[in-house]
Amino acid sequence: MQDTTANQVAANATSSFTEHLQRNRPGLLPYNQPFPAALAGTGSQPLQAPHATTIVSLTYDGGVLMAGDRRATMGNVIASRHIEKVFPADRYSVLGIAGTAGIAIDLTRLFQVELEHYEKIEATMLSLEGKANRLGAMIRGNLPMAMQGLAVVPLFAGFDLPAGVGRLFSYDVTGGRYEEQEHHAVGSGSVFARGSLKKLWRPGLSREESVAVAVEALYDAADDDSATGGPDPVRQLWPVVYTVDRSGARRVPDHDLAAVAGTIIEARTSARREA
Amino acid sequence: MTQQFYVSPEQLMKDRADFARKGIARGRSVVVISCEEGIALVAENPSPSLHKIGEIYDKIAFAAVGKYNEFESLRQAGVRYADIRGYSYDREDVTARGLASVYAQSLGAVFTAEQKPFEVELAVAEVGSSQADDHLYRLTFDGSIADEKGFIVMGGQADKVAETVEGGWQRELNFAGAIRLAMKGLVTDKEAGELPASALEVAVLDRGSEGTRGSRRAFRRLGDDEIAALLSEEN
Repeated sequence: MQDTTANQVAANATSSFTEHLQRNRPGLLPYNQPFPAALAGTGSQPLQAPHATTIVSLTYDGGVLMAGDRRATMGNVIASRHIEKVFPADRYSVLGIAGTAGIAIDLTRLFQVELEHYEKIEATMLSLEGKANRLGAMIRGNLPMAMQGLAVVPLFAGFDLPAGVGRLFSYDVTGGRYEEQEHHAVGSGSVFARGSLKKLWRPGLSREESVAVAVEALYDAADDDSATGGPDPVRQLWPVVYTVDRSGARRVPDHDLAAVAGTIIEARTSARREA
Repeated sequence: MTQQFYVSPEQLMKDRADFARKGIARGRSVVVISCEEGIALVAENPSPSLHKIGEIYDKIAFAAVGKYNEFESLRQAGVRYADIRGYSYDREDVTARGLASVYAQSLGAVFTAEQKPFEVELAVAEVGSSQADDHLYRLTFDGSIADEKGFIVMGGQADKVAETVEGGWQRELNFAGAIRLAMKGLVTDKEAGELPASALEVAVLDRGSEGTRGSRRAFRRLGDDEIAALLSEEN
């Protein structure tokens, strides 16, 4: 290509905030930092940094829901009881993160700005598929860090406006993107949460029912995974739950969650059984 | 060999300024009004997709007259500036004052250093929690910056339009009142007494967006139906 002004202008025209940072301010990206392997610790002794744990997501009639527990762990220590791991990405999508908390939270912020930036530059929203692909590209960007034990694994859910359905996407550390049906979970407690979801989920759940299913799945995950925190009536801490439907992403208020968690704890107590 | 003629700096700047003014005077006007409910931005613009008004950040909007390619590149630069600032510091740290001063510097640099000055005039508006905290900045082609109170009128017939708007402006206007006033200003040089909703581009910076829409983004573009409804409303 000839290096004409027109070509330069076309080459510099980007609607992506990440791309813009990569070109002009690479130091601001959460990944992309020179990071000597020696600092990350050896394979037997990984770097100690807070880790975010379990996220569950499920579809319901007319939308999709995502919930995360409130615990971050660092080895055998609870690093935080208050951490929030589910965030609205924009008006019609949410994402939850598992993995190294510090990088994951910055990646979330970058992703939020990425979507808003595109919307402002182009005066239109990205398609849900487009958003999911962008997130995949960011996770792939973090691959060098993931190789050193600082992996981030998100779960992405959103409402597909043209199709009129809620959809959810899972990722692997290489940025691979997989669309999931019905429900999915990521993080250390995901095995137990997924087992629970398989029994509790059914087609045509209402929004209220799906909140109860998500909280119970997290309860089961916390029951068997020490890195996942259950509902905490002492500190009045409940999972973070977002629902996304045609009217947008909404956070389920704490008093609703307290009631839902209360019902589950009561039912399990009165059953007087092991599980 | 061609002879290089001496041109005095005064003459050079005057020629450039005249050139830019001529370009801007050809355009249709834009009105930005601060009112009780927030800030209303109204432009005469028959195109539904090539905008003269845009969102920059949570509380900040942009309006421009002049050459589309020039103000569009400035708008995009503004969005990038604001997003980088908000991402590396915090959302609260993005202010209209900072943005306006960056615009002033780039317009000033283009005016003196480039082949031709930008034929644009910009307004940067920031909505505050009360009307006293609203900021309206006007930026002209040579990089001059002015902090305006109440309203800004830019474009071809700015003087006539400003006269009408000044006559009708009061602090207690709501959005409907502000948009009607802007429209009254915009039609001063027209034979027809009014403009159809499709010929107007209207956006607002909503002072109470957190409460009413649950969104920290105050900017909202109004559709033709909404504009028509607001214009026909009586108060």
